[in-house]
Amino acid sequence: MNVNERLERLTQLKTEIKNAIDQSETTVFETLTNEQKTIRESLFLTADAWTKVQIARYAGRPNALYYIQAMFTDVFELHGDRQSGEDAAMFGALGRFLGVPVTILAQRKGSNLQENLACNFGMNTPEGYRKALRLMKQAEKFKRPIITFVDTPGAYPGISAEEKGQGEAIARNLMEMARLNVPIVTIVIGEGGSGGALALSVCDSLIMLEHAVYSILSPEGFATILYKDASRASEAAATMKLTAQDLHRNGFADHMITEPIEGIHLAPEKVVASLTQLVREELIRHRKLTPTALVAKRYQRLRTFGKDSL
Amino acid sequence: MEKPFLFRKEKLAGFKTWRNKISELTKKEAPEGLMRSCSKCQTMIEGILFEKASHVCPHCGHHESIDAYTRIRLWTDPHSFSEWDKKPAAVNPLNFPDYPAKLASNREKTQLYEAVVCGSAKIMNQPCVVCVMDNRFMMASMGSIVGEKITQAIERATRKNLPLILCATSGGARMQEGIYSLMQMAKTSAALAKHHEKGLLYISFLTHPTTGGVTASFASLGDIILAEPKALIGFAGQRVIESTIRQTLPEGFQSAEFQLAHGFVDAIVQRQDQRETLGRILAMHGGKR
Repeated sequence: MNVNERLERLTQLKTEIKNAIDQSETTVFETLTNEQKTIRESLFLTADAWTKVQIARYAGRPNALYYIQAMFTDVFELHGDRQSGEDAAMFGALGRFLGVPVTILAQRKGSNLQENLACNFGMNTPEGYRKALRLMKQAEKFKRPIITFVDTPGAYPGISAEEKGQGEAIARNLMEMARLNVPIVTIVIGEGGSGGALALSVCDSLIMLEHAVYSILSPEGFATILYKDASRASEAAATMKLTAQDLHRNGFADHMITEPIEGIHLAPEKVVASLTQLVREELIRHRKLTPTALVAKRYQRLRTFGKDSL
Repeated sequence: MEKPFLFRKEKLAGFKTWRNKISELTKKEAPEGLMRSCSKCQTMIEGILFEKASHVCPHCGHHESIDAYTRIRLWTDPHSFSEWDKKPAAVNPLNFPDYPAKLASNREKTQLYEAVVCGSAKIMNQPCVVCVMDNRFMMASMGSIVGEKITQAIERATRKNLPLILCATSGGARMQEGIYSLMQMAKTSAALAKHHEKGLLYISFLTHPTTGGVTASFASLGDIILAEPKALIGFAGQRVIESTIRQTLPEGFQSAEFQLAHGFVDAIVQRQDQRETLGRILAMHGGKR
């Protein structure tokens, strides 16, 4: 069974086991729980990097909108970049986090083909990045913390995206986010793909879910460039150090949130609870700093990458 | 009696090898009297004429790729450039096989430590910080060392209140260093934010080709963005776009002229006029007239 099939099998097993309990079928219950145990172990305990990439991409995995409705109240969606358009793959909103007004930005992926077509599979256009920047500047004006959710295969590669300056849009976000004087907390919930993800990740605290990944390029793209063979993606994934564990170890991720052993798609509320707690702590910690100290600290955070290379 | 003599002999020998190395280098750079052909129109041109024309083909106007030191010679006042960080450094955060060997062979081939040369200089008698990327070195891709050198150069410019001129060319972020390369985009952009806040001038000069993570960071953040004629400038690679949208791209897509038409470049400047243009702009931003 491939990773998707195994994840779906876990969902079926949950109901099948419940039925077995209801009907007191002990032997069936035992075979089913054994199968469940094996799949859980293969997916969540002994998974290699490539398996993790596929878990991170799994369509049944809770997307940003799930976390937003679970973690915030009073959510009011805002649209448009005020320059040329609107990007459905970039969700922007006002909301309250434990009562405190915040600005929410999230890369939106769908859970089925139809939804995915509507939000371009989570690939942002320049309008999306400019909308994000507009809302972040607005957050700064009203002294609201910013919470961003990262989940994208990468920025959209297309003719109109190039004509509208995809590179400039990402670059501008990197520069402006470095000097915003309100706290920014970034949560990587699935796929953090390349510059398109980075444009929402310049932050004071970066949190990664256990089975989220973050990389310079998709493993397929990496394999194409360096091995001249896209089919060697699993080998590439192993080399790239893209798992949350790797990135937490090397300091890219400040925190890692453990996912439930039954699979995040079957018990998402457990993640929401620990995530809410952690975001709360991070916001309290960063709100104590003066704006100057906050920006200086953010700069130092970025400054550590490659500092010893010279 | 013998000791100082031996010492002197040793020193002389060192000097000799150094001199030989230098003459070898200059030989490579200036093939005197040699004929060469334009890589675009194939016309044979005398090497000296070609050099006098700033490596631009006198027949078709094609701007030939030039290395970092040639560019610095063309732009800066004679003997004004003083280079920073002239030291070998190597990193391999992913333990990527063959990467150290690849770095070593690129060093050997190009006589550069990395894909960017940074230093202080004067252009038409005005002090500035100059960084020039060199795409002979691993397509001038940006890894930790390139990112760190550029960041340190920006920080020095900020500290010394100097304008910054950065000549970009790059295949993008360097794959072999994974996430470390990606973070250089954020790091260089953050350093530019500080330079910007101090009210200092940053001119970004885009040359063929400037793509990927470099386009999506410092190269697009100039107060003034200039480009060399016909340079390829863009974010996504053309093959990636073609395979995504399943159609061939129009002629001139992502050229400097395309970027000018779409509002992402302030002006296209011929190579012969670049030094003077930079000088004029510097003068209007607090430099000497």
